[in-house]
Amino acid sequence: MSDKVTNIVLVGVGGQGILLAAEILSETFMLAGFDVKKSEIHGMSQRGGSVVSHVRYGKEVFSPMVPEGEGDILFGFELMESYRYLSLLKPGGTVVVNDLCIAPPSVLVGQEQYPADMALKIQELCPDCLLVDGQNLAIQAGNARAANTVLLGAVSKRLDIEEKYWIEAIEKMVPKKALAVNLKAFEMGRGLK
Amino acid sequence: MKEILSGNEAIARGAYEAGVKVACAYPGTPSTEILENTIRYREIDSSWATNEKVALEVGIGASFVGARSLVTMKHVGVNVAADPLFTLSYTGVNGGLVLVCADDPELHSSQNEQDSRNYAKFAKVPMLEPADSQECLEFTKLAYEISEKYDTPVLLRTTTRISHSKSVVNMGERTGAVRDAKIEKNAAKFVMLPGNARVRHVAVEERTVQLSKDGCGMPINRVEMRDGKIGVITAGIAYQHVREALPEASVLKLGMVHPLPFDLIGDFAAKVEKLYVVEELDPFIEEQVKAIGIPVIGKEIISICGELTPGRVRKAFGLPENAQSAVEKLPGRPPNMCPGCPHRGVFYTLNQLKAYVSGDIGCYTLGFMPPLSAMDTCVCMGASIGMATGAVKVLPPEERKKVVAVIGDSTFLHTGINGLMDMVYNKGAATVIILDNRITAMTGRQENPGSGHTLMNDPANAVDFELLCKAIGVKNVRTINPLDLDECRTVISEEMERPETSVIITDKPCVLIKREGIFKAGAPLQVVDESCTGCRACLKIGCPAIEWVPASGKKGKAHIDPLLCNGCDVCSQLCKFSAIQEAK
Ligand code: SF4
Ligand code: SF4
Repeated sequence: MSDKVTNIVLVGVGGQGILLAAEILSETFMLAGFDVKKSEIHGMSQRGGSVVSHVRYGKEVFSPMVPEGEGDILFGFELMESYRYLSLLKPGGTVVVNDLCIAPPSVLVGQEQYPADMALKIQELCPDCLLVDGQNLAIQAGNARAANTVLLGAVSKRLDIEEKYWIEAIEKMVPKKALAVNLKAFEMGRGLK
Repeated sequence: MKEILSGNEAIARGAYEAGVKVACAYPGTPSTEILENTIRYREIDSSWATNEKVALEVGIGASFVGARSLVTMKHVGVNVAADPLFTLSYTGVNGGLVLVCADDPELHSSQNEQDSRNYAKFAKVPMLEPADSQECLEFTKLAYEISEKYDTPVLLRTTTRISHSKSVVNMGERTGAVRDAKIEKNAAKFVMLPGNARVRHVAVEERTVQLSKDGCGMPINRVEMRDGKIGVITAGIAYQHVREALPEASVLKLGMVHPLPFDLIGDFAAKVEKLYVVEELDPFIEEQVKAIGIPVIGKEIISICGELTPGRVRKAFGLPENAQSAVEKLPGRPPNMCPGCPHRGVFYTLNQLKAYVSGDIGCYTLGFMPPLSAMDTCVCMGASIGMATGAVKVLPPEERKKVVAVIGDSTFLHTGINGLMDMVYNKGAATVIILDNRITAMTGRQENPGSGHTLMNDPANAVDFELLCKAIGVKNVRTINPLDLDECRTVISEEMERPETSVIITDKPCVLIKREGIFKAGAPLQVVDESCTGCRACLKIGCPAIEWVPASGKKGKAHIDPLLCNGCDVCSQLCKFSAIQEAK
């Protein structure tokens, strides 16, 4: 096992299932035998604010926060929030992002505009970027709310962890009645290249 | 057994393993989940208290009759609990007592950034500070041993990054040291009249000296010698950032931050060329190290405000940062009250009536944000009513009418009720609105004495706010439906006119309430395109379900997201053109 710590930053909007995705990531890494630390701010996340979670794994992890500019993967659930936190990503880092815009309050009331071409701008700064149509794939998998698991599948493909650990973690963290749909969503995400 | 636990979960587990019998708290971010996890262990009686002072008193009572108890709160809660805490330091304990205070550097969800380590010094009580979840568990157990061995309450300090971070934890078993409760009278120790307290004060001072000496041999205060050039004294989460940013530096990691192990610090200082203290918030360690004559660098390079990150530590030591260049300016994404939140109509009305709103702490604090913009003050839990009394004492009569205090149900029961008694007693002529949404919403929907359920989910008495207000002498008490804008406007303006204290109670629940059958969402509404004139009236309530859709050349129209709308019907009351209707 190399000493290198792998850094993942999850970003999006409160209510999108980011915290659950971060839980599944951490659980997977622990099952695969790594030291894991996860950090997040969720004081008011229920109320539509911006949410960031950091997950780090390796032989030994110290800080629970990904140092600026050292993120290996930016795992985005919403375009503008992903763009906002690009500074956490290392140069040449990977972006897996949901192709979705959620308007913040100032845009809802027509005071500001949602910034144009977010996906393009992210791709310009980070050529290694996978844009995922999470919503539609989730609907195909059987439930629009499984978009986070589709994304998780796409991210899993970019990490060198055996598939069985992912499945074990999902089985542990996802409620029984939603499990089948989530496993399917995960596979669909893994199938994306 | 290995599990990934948050700091809060690990503290709950530690308390369980330590044989704790009673756990009591008032919810406060980031401490809340500790008690939400002690309820997993039925051996622990867990409860929400009305406020932090009461929570500590419950813990003290259990300790005095011999059981181990856990009390948790956020940093500002310690201000409320400070009164019993300072004398508890004198009495000491019987069963071990641990008070967890969770600080919030960077103010992720707090009204100030105070550093609770000062309380440890001020109250002369030892304080432990864990640096990850494993230490949260271990230090909690150790805290009980220290508490009983040194006859003192022990403070366990966490910060948001410790409370809410998860890391791998090895768990143990509940130990045999489970203490039974029984009455033991000992007035000389537990009755702090001056004669007894004078004696105890001497014991407290001796205790601190002893702990400082013994601290030098405690494994939780450890020296990690690496390179001799740079030595860093640090504790808590700052330790992790230091290890991350300065892997070669020698480190003195303090697990006990009060009292400090001065001899150990002296030894460490002698071994390194240059000594630093890396700590969040106040120069708490730094000043004490300087006071014993050891030169050290601290706040010269590390900010006194905000939380540390690996990047900030790196920058402080002049190391290059890898951050990518800044990207374009983006609209912010602040939190917002939920679609269908019962507070929205009240704040809209207060804004329309140009009230001067004396605010308090809860979800409704978000009422200060545009477009509602209807909150003018917010200081601490329960302050809104007292502050309104103060304002009407000095304002001219015309201005006095504008003063309205708003307060949530849980906050009212926390410390607001004292303010209301005072207002009635001293004839403060202001209007008080109790925003009763049946739950402590802000911290994640905890039960409270008004909600009819306990933390352990047993049915309980629910405070009758109307009767309560009447009992303390409020003559004008009215209950309104906050989702009915006409009713809000009529009742609130009538009560604002009245030259004496009045209380208005709102009676609609929080939309996120967990218990079945309390909140019922209405059918989602939709904007009928042909009828929408683009007047923007519905945007004035700031509901996250309503979006402005600009149209080129034309004025644009409002749109309601059917997945977000909870059908509260407030927006349709604002639309003069009946464009907002139930979706077909
Ligand atoms: S959690 Fe409840 S009280 Fe808070 S904003 Fe949402 S609906 Fe309102
Ligand atoms: S009815 Fe109107 S105000 Fe109420 S939740 Fe739906 S869109 Fe928002």
